[in-house]
This record gives sequence, structure tokens and C-alpha cells, in this order.
Amino acid sequence: MAKVSLNRIPMPRQDPLARSKNFNEVALGYTLEQAQVEAARCIQCPKRTCTEGCPVEVDIPGFIKALREGNMPEAVKVLKDKNALPGICGRVCPQETQCELKCVLDKKGAPIAIGRLERFVADWEVANLKAVGAVTKPAPTGKKVAIIGSGPAGLTAAADLAKMGHSVTIFEALHVAGGVLMYGIPEFRLPKDIVQNEVQYVASLGVKLALDSVIGKITTIDELLKDSYQAVFLGTGAGLPMFLNIPGENLNGVYSANEFLTRVNLMKAYRFPEYDTPVKIGKKVAVIGGGNVAMDAARCALRLGADVVNIVYRRSEAEMPARREEVENAKEEGIQFKFLTNPKRFLGNQQNWVTGMECFEMTLGEPDASGRRRPVVKPGSEFVMDVDEVVVALGTTPNPLIASTTKGLETTSHGTVVTDEATGKTVKPGVWAGGDIVTGSATVISAMGAGRRAAKTIAEFLKG
Amino acid sequence: MYKILVREELVPHIHLFKVAAPEVAARAQAGQFVVVRIDEKGERIPLTLADWDSKEGTVTIVFMEVGTTSYRLGALKSGDSIANFIGPLGLPTHMEKFGTVVCVGGGLGVAPIAPIARGLKQKGNKVISIMGARSKNLMFWENELRRVSDELIVTTDDGTYGRKALVTEPLKELLQGTKKPDLVVAIGPSIMMKFCAKTTEPFGVKTIVSLNPIMVDGTGMCGACRVSVGGVTRFVCVDGPDFDGHQVDWDLLFARQRIYLDEEKRSLQQWQCARQTCTEVQK
Ligand SMILES: Cc1cc2nc3c(=O)[nH]c(=O)nc-3n(C[C@H](O)[C@H](O)[C@H](O)COP(=O)(O)OP(=O)(O)OC[C@H]3O[C@@H](n4cnc5c(N)ncnc54)[C@H](O)[C@@H]3O)c2cc1C
Ligand SMILES: Cc1cc2nc3c(=O)[nH]c(=O)nc-3n(C[C@H](O)[C@H](O)[C@H](O)COP(=O)(O)OP(=O)(O)OC[C@H]3O[C@@H](n4cnc5c(N)ncnc54)[C@H](O)[C@@H]3O)c2cc1C
Ligand code: SF4
Ligand code: SF4
Ligand code: FES
Repeated sequence: MAKVSLNRIPMPRQDPLARSKNFNEVALGYTLEQAQVEAARCIQCPKRTCTEGCPVEVDIPGFIKALREGNMPEAVKVLKDKNALPGICGRVCPQETQCELKCVLDKKGAPIAIGRLERFVADWEVANLKAVGAVTKPAPTGKKVAIIGSGPAGLTAAADLAKMGHSVTIFEALHVAGGVLMYGIPEFRLPKDIVQNEVQYVASLGVKLALDSVIGKITTIDELLKDSYQAVFLGTGAGLPMFLNIPGENLNGVYSANEFLTRVNLMKAYRFPEYDTPVKIGKKVAVIGGGNVAMDAARCALRLGADVVNIVYRRSEAEMPARREEVENAKEEGIQFKFLTNPKRFLGNQQNWVTGMECFEMTLGEPDASGRRRPVVKPGSEFVMDVDEVVVALGTTPNPLIASTTKGLETTSHGTVVTDEATGKTVKPGVWAGGDIVTGSATVISAMGAGRRAAKTIAEFLKG
Repeated sequence: MYKILVREELVPHIHLFKVAAPEVAARAQAGQFVVVRIDEKGERIPLTLADWDSKEGTVTIVFMEVGTTSYRLGALKSGDSIANFIGPLGLPTHMEKFGTVVCVGGGLGVAPIAPIARGLKQKGNKVISIMGARSKNLMFWENELRRVSDELIVTTDDGTYGRKALVTEPLKELLQGTKKPDLVVAIGPSIMMKFCAKTTEPFGVKTIVSLNPIMVDGTGMCGACRVSVGGVTRFVCVDGPDFDGHQVDWDLLFARQRIYLDEEKRSLQQWQCARQTCTEVQK
């Protein structure tokens, strides 16, 4: 066997200084040549451990082989066979903990850049005008399925069921489809055109999109089941923002991450006043939290023109749940980090504007339920940070609207819906659920995996 | 797309639209609202249901021109369409037989109070309505409100029509009268609702107000609409818009309504300049 190359091809990126002032995509993507050199490193293991690491079981060696041979339509076909949203996953999957972690070359410190290759193949398809040809539609089964929510879980379940010939309608509360991919993750990490392209692909399979449809208000799950749908899949995500519940949190200038990101991404406030939704642009911004959401909010604030952006996190760098790559990107752009720091209260002026944030210093104690060391307040350590804008990015829980308007669903104390993990089935007959509504905030690909598993058992149920 | 079937200028700067929205109309209840977005670049704004017809599949909204979105809406004609019209959102006004209810509609608030008065009367309440405006030429829907009320009191600030008074004056007299009302519902500018609540408080009469903070999604997802009621943070779009006026932190509401004053001015100026109607911003 030829010697394995351990030279992982780096991703070309926009220069940090330039990109910290624009909303264009940070990662520029491989050229065909770079992609093929990277693809050539794959040793096509018969055991394909990489695929085991992928929640939707993409045939990784398969698409890489086609790419390396220059058979791009085949690469697209193999990829899309398992993944309806490859342009999205190639960009935002935490590959380092999934497929790439399981790549045999990971032990040598140079796993195949599976995500980047996946992105390359998906982008090639878009650039080459869907050269792969129209999808062949299966014979209709006459069975109707309602999908609630158009995030990655709903889109995947819808695509899979439509491919089997079922009549599928997605109901979405917002005015566009895509869920967090549209309202949460910023343009510079996941361009909205890419998301809409992939939504269009799902629609091209025959899936109907009913936007502006808040289920629980316009109709209920029980009515959908009674009226004309044989099965319902709940993919409504975890959209309810958590706050700290400390004094001063309702001051002007204190945003939930959901509001801040929705204004910026969904409503395109970064192009105000051309787009009519405004967002406040602070000079001294603090973002509270340590996940992807906090990184995204901080990097948006910087791009909008903040002088200083601090990420304030109560544990240390090692415990931060955000993707490594995005933390590095944030640091390069000039985001600052205040670890082992937790806010005690917000201070405001006469006009109710936030002017400061009193914080505690923290130390790390014993591991807690999550296995991470629990942050403990250092007594007497209070200090005040100067701020004029704060974004609270503590995480989200499911919006109670569906659970409170649907009879017979079981929910946990966190508001998540209880399902059988293997099938996504809830305790209510005819109702499945998957994605963040079941797990709480997780990942795009785990939501897609859940959508896929549910689609499988929904299909069996519809046959029976 | 949602088509505007009827457009009527009720009084200067206040318009009525009847919009084709069968799914919203089918579920509409008094006290709820819709979120409207005119087009791709537009902002999402909340507007209360003023009326609806489930057979016809239509929803009526009444809005006042105060900023870019409402001016842009005002410039639409019947036959035009609106990109998004999402609802019915929020909780319906709680209705039961209370006894005597006073419904106060100030300015634009006459439109949303009308279906509430109608519903309360259907439940068997005696409904006394008070409608107030700054001046006679800003009055609309007097007959509509009279039709659904047992009594109607009309006031203007300048005395050009009805009684020269603020709505709180006849409200106070009713509270002092022999038959104290069992409930007051007040809808109008925030400042009017605050003073209605201040008027009823000493009399211990429960007062429902419909709060109008800034919103984005209207489904409980962003927290832009948070207010403090009885010391607890609530999201108006899902927990309201109706709240107990005696418990509302009014100063917080006023402050949060002013978050984007600068941006709103800039945006309106830009829109007016684009239409060559650049003037001093009307606010
Ligand atoms: C800022 C941010 C950054 C992130 N970054 C990453 C990342 O880099 N990598 C990664 O893998 N994951 C990331 N995530 C997490 C990931 O986006 C989510 O785990 C994933 O989107 C969950 O998918 P879902 O389909 O379950 O729900 P969502 O994407 O939340 O979609 C749910 C949809 O349902 C709709 N809905 C809700 N209620 C109703 C109703 N009553 N009626 C109709 N429709 C309704 C919502 O409007 C929404 O469109 C990030 C999340 C955020 C917020
Ligand atoms: C539940 C609810 C029901 C409402 N019902 C009606 C109604 O039936 N008729 C009516 O004319 N108005 C109603 N409003 C107020 C209406 O939403 C605002 O007048 C409108 O958003 C102003 O938008 P603009 O772009 O024209 O003005 P802007 O220039 O954006 O703002 C002008 C003023 O409106 C307020 N405002 C701005 N954006 C919002 C927003 N997204 N939500 C709420 N207020 C905002 C601001 O505090 C500002 O003082 C309601 C508000 C709420 C919350
Ligand atoms: S979908 Fe995600 S986990 Fe699966 S192969 Fe692609 S990048 Fe890896
Ligand atoms: S484990 Fe790595 S090297 Fe082996 S087939 Fe998968 S991607 Fe290629
Ligand atoms: S408007 Fe977003 S939570 Fe109420």
C-alpha cells in the first residue's frame, strides 16, 4: 500500500481583519484540485468506521471515491442518498466529534476532511445547475403526513417520507423554512442561499410547505390527525430562550440570543435600513455563555461594529461546548474571553439602558451531572464590567405551545417531549417527534438523524 | 400572499384593511393579534384583530401610521397583497358573565375594544363603553361600538365632540356611582391604559389592559416582548396581550418601547425621502 499522506488540506478562509467587518462566509471552500488532493488521502477502508460516526450514515468512502475519480454527479448522488442537506452539514456538523473522529486517520492526527469534501460536493451541485437531473417521483401511496417545524429534523423526515411516495406537508410558524438554520446560525457561517437551496430540494421531492402556520394556534395536532393526516412528526425544536433571572435583565440593551440572532439573521438587521428591522449596535458588548450560540452572537456583534466583545463564561476554556473551530475563528477575529466569570446583576441608567454588569469570579469544584466540573462562586470577588449591550446565550428549551395544546403527550421537567429513542415514537398514537424538541438544544445532524429514524417507523406504520 | 379586499381611511392616518386570511379567520377570537410583514425587506409588526368573518374568510385590522411599516401599509391599495399575515396569536380575552363591565377605547383602541365589548355582551354582561379621541376629526366606529354596548360615553380632549374630558373622568364617575362595575377593560395608548389602571386601583376594580411592547416573532421565541407583571417577567405575545393593569410595571414598558427610537426615525426618513415626501418626521 502506498504511503498515506497526512497532509490535511487546510480550508481557505477570509482574512480575519477583513471578515470581522462583513457578513460574507468565513470559510471559502476547496477548489476542485484541493478537494481531489484531500479525497486522494482516503484509504477506502473496508470497515468504513467513518460512516459509523455519522448519525445519518452517509456512505463516506463512496462519495469520496466518486469525487476522486472526478465523477461529480455520482458523488452528489451517493451523498444525497443519505443526506438531503449536505451543503448545510458540510458547514456546521461538528465533524471533529463525529465522522472525522471515527476516521482511521484520526489516530494519526490527520482525519480526512469529510465535512469540507461534503461541502465541496454540495456546492458543486449548486454551481452546476443541478446537473444530477430531476428526481424521479415514486408512485403516490395516498397516505398523508404532517410535519410540524421546518428545521433539519422536519426537513429530513419530510424528504424521506416524500421519497417513499407519501403526501407530506410541513407546517412552519415563521415566514421562511429552515428553523435555526435561518434564524440562528449567521450568514457568515451558513449562507442563507445554501439553506434555501436545500429547502427547495426538499420541496422538489413533492413536499408542500405551509409557512406562517403556527400549530397550536391555527390548528392543533389532534385536529390534524382527525381531519386528514395519518401521522404527525413534531420537529418544532427548542425555541424558548432561557434567561439568568437576575436583577436588571429587562433593561434596554439586554437581548436574548434568540432575539439578537433573529433580528440579525432572519430579519437581516445587518442591512438596516435597507431591511427594515433594526438591531442595537453596542460599543462594549458582553455575550454570556460558552456554546455555538454565544460564539455566533459575539461574532455578529463584532461585525455590526462593536469596539469590544467579551464572551463571559462561568467555567474554563476546556469546558466550553462550542465547536473548537469556531472558538479559534472567534479568537482570530478579536473576540475576547472572560472565563470563570458569571453575572450577578445588570446595572442601568435613568433611561433604563444597561451600563454595567456586576460579575462574580468563579472556581471549578466537583464534577456535576453533566460530567463537567461545577462552577462555584468565589466569595467577595464581585467586580463591574462596563457594557452597553448584553446578549444572554444560555440555551433554550422547547416552546410549550405544542405540548400545551396536544392531548396525551408526555413531557419532561425541561419541557422536552418523551419518545422511544430508536423510533422517535411518542406515547400518543400517530405522533412522532425528533430533534431539539426531544433532546433540548443539540446539533443539526442529530436532529436529522432523529428525523430519519422517525420517517422509517412512520413508513412502517403507514403500511400496516 | 394575503390580499387586501377592502381598504378604508377611517380618519387621517388611521386605516382599516379587510384581508383575505381564511385560516386566521377560522380561529380568531377577541383580544388576539396577527403579525404582519409587508414584503421581503419588511419588519414583522403585531396588529390586533378588529373584526373577522369565518364564513367569508376575512380578517379586519385597523392601524395608525406611526412609523415605516405602518406608513408603508397605509400606502397600499385594495387589491394589493401583504406577504405574511400570521395568527391568530396571543391568548383571547377571558370572557364570562362578570356583571357590569366598562370597556374603554382610547384613540385607535376603539377598534380592538369593539369585538371584546361584543363578546362580553353576548356573555350576558351589561356593557358600558367609553370612547375617547383627541378631537372630533379623529373619531371612528362610534356606531360600531354603540351597537355592542348598553351605554356609550364619548369624550374628546378638546371638546369638539361629546364630552370635553379624558376617558378617565367618566370612568372615575362610574366607579364612584351607586353600581360599581365588576370589571374594566381598557385598550389604547399605553399611557391611557396606565391612567385607567391608576383610576380603578383605589376602587379595587379589576382592570384588564392589552399591552403593546415591541415584538419580533410573536410566538414566544425571542423575548423582545417581555414585560414585568406583578414582579414576574412575562412574554406578552404568548402570556398576553391581556394583563392585570394594576400589576404592570408601566415604566419598564414605556422604556422598552423606546429602544429603537433613533433607528425608527432614520428608517422613516429614508422611506419618505425615497418617495419624495421628505418632511419633518411625524411623531
Ligand atoms: C445560534 C445557533 C448556532 C448553532 N450552531 C450549530 C452548529 O454549528 N452545528 C450544529 O450541528 N448545530 C448548531 N446549532 C444547533 C442546531 O441548529 C439545532 O440543534 C437544530 O437546528 C435543531 O433542529 P430541529 O429541526 O430540531 O429544530 P429547529 O431548527 O429549531 O427548527 C424548528 C422549527 O419549528 C418551528 N416551530 C416551532 N414551533 C412551531 C409551531 N407551534 N408550529 C409550527 N412551527 C413551529 C420553528 O419556527 C422552527 O422553524 C446551533 C443553534 C443555534 C441557535
Ligand atoms: C399585541 C399588539 C397589538 C397591536 N395592535 C395594534 C393595532 O391594532 N393597531 C395599531 O395601529 N397598532 C397596534 N400595535 C402597535 C403596532 O404594532 C406598532 O404601531 C407598529 O409596530 C409600528 O411599526 P412602524 O414600523 O410603523 O413604526 P416604528 O417606527 O417601528 O415605531 C413607532 C412606534 O411603534 C412602536 N413599535 C415599533 N415596532 C414595534 C413592534 N414590532 N411591535 C410593537 N410596537 C412597535 C415603537 O415603540 C414606536 O414607538 C400593536 C402592538 C402590539 C404589541
Ligand atoms: S453529515 Fe455530518 S457527520 Fe455525517 S458525514 Fe457529513 S459532516 Fe460527517
Ligand atoms: S475511515 Fe477515513 S480513510 Fe477510511 S474510508 Fe473513512 S474517511 Fe476514508
Ligand atoms: S415577540 Fe418574540 S417572544 Fe414575544
